[in-house]
Amino acid sequence: MNRQYEAVIGIECHVELKTATKMFCGCRNEFGGEPNTKVCPVCLGMPGALPVPNSRAIEHMLRAGLAFGAQIPAFSKFDRKNYFYPDMPKDYQISQYDMPLTLGGEVTYWLEDGSMRTCRLTRIHLEEDTGKSSHAGSGDGRIAGSDYSLVDFNRAGVPLMECVSEPDLRSAQEAVAYLESLRLTLLQLGVSDVKMEEGSLRCDANVSIRPMGTTQLGTKTEIKNMNSFRSVARAIESEIERQIGVVESGARVVQETRGWDEGRGVTHSMRSKEQAHDYRYFPDPDLVPLEPATGAQVESLQQAIPELPWQRYERFTAQYGLNPNSASQLVASPDLAEYFDRVASQTRNPHASANLVLGDLSRLANETGVPVAQSQAVAAQVAELVELLESKTINSKIGKDLVERMWRGEGAPRAIVEREGLAQTSDAGAIEVFVNAAIAAHPKVVADYRAGKTNVAGFLVGQIMKASSGKADPALVRELLLKKLDHNVSS
Amino acid sequence: MSSDTIDVRYVAKLARIALTDEEVDRFGAQLGDLLAHVNALAELDTNAVPATAQVVESRNVQRDDVPAPCLDREIVLAQAPQRQGPFFRVPRIIAE
Amino acid sequence: MASNGEIIERSAAAIARDVNAKSVSAREVADATLARADALEPQIGAYLTTLHDFARRQAERVDQRVRAGERLPLAGVPLAVKDNMCLDGTRTTCGSKILEGWVAPYTATAVARMLDAGCVPIGKANLDEFAMGSSCENSALGLTRNPYDRERVPGGSSGGSAAAVAAHEAALGLGSDTGGSIREPGAFCNLIGFKPTYGRVSRYGLIAFASSLDQIGPLARTVEDAALAYEAMSGRDAMDATSMDRPVETVALRDDLRGLRVGLVREFDTDKLGSELHAIYQRAYAELAKLGAEIVDVSLPTADYGLATYYLIAPAECSSNLSRFDGVRYGLRVDAADVQAMYEQTRAAGFGPEVKRRILIGTYALSSGYYDAYYVRAQKARTLVARDFETAFGRCDLVASPAASCPAFTFNAKSDPYSMYMMDYYTIPMSLAGLPALSVPCGWVTPAGGNHPMPLGLQLCAPLFAESLLLGAAHAYERATMYAVQHPPQVTLEARA
Repeated sequence: MNRQYEAVIGIECHVELKTATKMFCGCRNEFGGEPNTKVCPVCLGMPGALPVPNSRAIEHMLRAGLAFGAQIPAFSKFDRKNYFYPDMPKDYQISQYDMPLTLGGEVTYWLEDGSMRTCRLTRIHLEEDTGKSSHAGSGDGRIAGSDYSLVDFNRAGVPLMECVSEPDLRSAQEAVAYLESLRLTLLQLGVSDVKMEEGSLRCDANVSIRPMGTTQLGTKTEIKNMNSFRSVARAIESEIERQIGVVESGARVVQETRGWDEGRGVTHSMRSKEQAHDYRYFPDPDLVPLEPATGAQVESLQQAIPELPWQRYERFTAQYGLNPNSASQLVASPDLAEYFDRVASQTRNPHASANLVLGDLSRLANETGVPVAQSQAVAAQVAELVELLESKTINSKIGKDLVERMWRGEGAPRAIVEREGLAQTSDAGAIEVFVNAAIAAHPKVVADYRAGKTNVAGFLVGQIMKASSGKADPALVRELLLKKLDHNVSS
Repeated sequence: MSSDTIDVRYVAKLARIALTDEEVDRFGAQLGDLLAHVNALAELDTNAVPATAQVVESRNVQRDDVPAPCLDREIVLAQAPQRQGPFFRVPRIIAE
Repeated sequence: MASNGEIIERSAAAIARDVNAKSVSAREVADATLARADALEPQIGAYLTTLHDFARRQAERVDQRVRAGERLPLAGVPLAVKDNMCLDGTRTTCGSKILEGWVAPYTATAVARMLDAGCVPIGKANLDEFAMGSSCENSALGLTRNPYDRERVPGGSSGGSAAAVAAHEAALGLGSDTGGSIREPGAFCNLIGFKPTYGRVSRYGLIAFASSLDQIGPLARTVEDAALAYEAMSGRDAMDATSMDRPVETVALRDDLRGLRVGLVREFDTDKLGSELHAIYQRAYAELAKLGAEIVDVSLPTADYGLATYYLIAPAECSSNLSRFDGVRYGLRVDAADVQAMYEQTRAAGFGPEVKRRILIGTYALSSGYYDAYYVRAQKARTLVARDFETAFGRCDLVASPAASCPAFTFNAKSDPYSMYMMDYYTIPMSLAGLPALSVPCGWVTPAGGNHPMPLGLQLCAPLFAESLLLGAAHAYERATMYAVQHPPQVTLEARA
């Protein structure tokens, strides 16, 4: 990235909350379904209908706010944001303007090298989602050039959390890391499904640049239409590059909204000039104010907040000493992380535990379609296996076999090892017998080795392992074999 | 308080109501007249007064997250000014 | 058994008694009322839709329940429902072209409760368009005439409900009051027009005009009837977040006003109303005293700012409430090339001039740069009005005033918008403070150029949630003075039963 300029990035997210019903009425809040079947007078904006707020949505907001260290104010209210659009049932949106449910807070996130960063939050507020419109006649489903539009109000009224960050992010990587931490946190709290592909997580980026070392903010553009974290990264990088190009050519960055074109890999202007909407915000007279900060409720919500993904990441890297990549992989899947924790807490070797969980166990999960945490290889058994390997009671090949057998439900590994005598042989005398037998049986290979083809030793190791039914300690085998092969040369 | 004349055309645009020239003039005069009366509010000392949030004190009215029956789609769409299959249809939205 | 002609001229209480006693059926009452409505509607025009089939079916249901042993507080009582209240399966128009053909797919809670109490809806009553007006002349769909002088307005915005009850086309009417829209037509039509405390009656299903001011209330021929209606319709509704969680007390009707202090508002000096009206109101105040009330002097210093306050807050809220009428999901649509043009032309064609004026002034008051100077300032003035009443109620139990500054006027008499707004002068302050208030007949006057004596209304107002006190006192005044029965409505029945 160009060292002359610094990118300044803020992220604005809309998160659909995980509730049984919509924000202001009892229609079901669920993805999919036949158009216009999850509607009622309230969410259709029919004459005479009135909104009543969903208490679970408010609770989700408070928990999320507390998890991000935000302030819960003594007083909060809903405001009407007035504008006309076909997917707006009332042609105003019930939202929050100057007294949101939470104030401030920050998102802690981690980068690929293991370093931790924070990004401050401006606010998190609660509002209702709009319906969905599709556009016909333009050939590509876009509004521009369309002949007419079709509207489905199933989504209208779904509770929406709008989360606005301060422009503390400095790169596309930071932006994506921020989003990942935010997403995992909300997922863990059970506040949302946060699936970009289902629209329960949507985000826009505000991007500007400034000469490195300066503090004044440059003109920002708003980037929309990013459908995955990868798009977010690409779009932000593309926009930074574009802005640098504009500035270097002597022109000025225009404040505007730009849409990301995934196919062409560029942003394009969505509006020729900044649309100045007069939303005429005023407190919604159909709703009564909220006093969210009653001490007892906030206290109990605060106590119920579990270890958050960033805290777990920090613990895995700092306390367990896992490498950033392993920690990241584990944290990305809360069930897997919890499983790993159960294993690691019962062994003395978190590295080996992580390797097993992320390696053989995850491979089996992929192959069989059963998640690790739901498999028959329970954490206590895996911990046992780690101990058996660490104490060199068994060798790695036997270990691999046992993983498969535990996955199939054969039970605790120690019992199997004892029952079938799978403990590896570390008796040097016994191994010597196998070594001598192998050398005697393969004179040509021995000769090749002594002639300089040292890699053929592996063949002999394999033969010895076979002869010992796989139970010999492979490292010891190799050691004794090579000693014999080399010794005979020198003698 | 403002003694400006209302920009009726601008306000009508915000409110999405098409007005004839005659209406712009007529409403402009009538609304100006009303505003002249309303400007009397400037005489009141409202500095230390809170705006009424709720006429009768009430807080935290909410409902449980429990589903309720929806409207039958046929009833919903039966009175749609224009429908297309299961959707409401509207004329094209001009990209701004 | 009472003859059909007689039964429908009785009070709601009497009808309910008779239907419960099975000395007359709800069906018979409905038939008689419908016959009367059919006969009178060409002269009065109270109903935009007469519910012949609905009423008969509902009456049958009431009769079934009574036969099964139920005692319904309003058994068989014929009801006029203002056409801004949703009644499932009925045309609900708000007196507007924009909803001219709209059929409501659900029922307003207050209406449902009245039906559940045994009422039989006879028709959807005419109103000023979207409840904006004080004469019913702003209706785009029909003209309603005052039954006491058909050259005069019935008042508004609940003019249709008032006219229906006054002409015996119903025994009870449901109206809505935002700045006086129940009390003023009640006064103009010789009725009790009662607006409960804000939040007493659910607004779910009442098509909103100004959300922080709208309240549903009854129009009735007696205070007792109004009290019965109030008890049936009130109470917390889970579908309305602004409806209050307070128990609805049974109203205690009184015979006198002993022990009560009635406040007369200094700023409401009745001298300004001309000598005839002044004399009538002074007599009314004297009658209150004769019933044992102590008359005290109170002041509402911000009373004169009520109109300005109201005509910023109400339009601001309505400008937002009426945005939903956009031609997308229901109602009128004027086709156009693009959706924004469709909005503009639909709303231009669908809304009448008064509605447009209020949307414009409301939009202006909320717009960027003007919000603090207009809307916020008005909400602060509103706080002052409420405080004035609190202070006044420290010295009295009830406030008395005229309900309106004049009797029902002739059509087109108040063509200047502001002169029409002035009709709410006495009623607006109570609305701003959310207080329960009613109008009760207090005399008659034949206006200059008029042919018939026209009724006048005395407004009584009580502190928040003091409906029982208010209705109780009104009952005492009504029983002692009985002005309402002095003159019958001026209607001719072509065919009598």
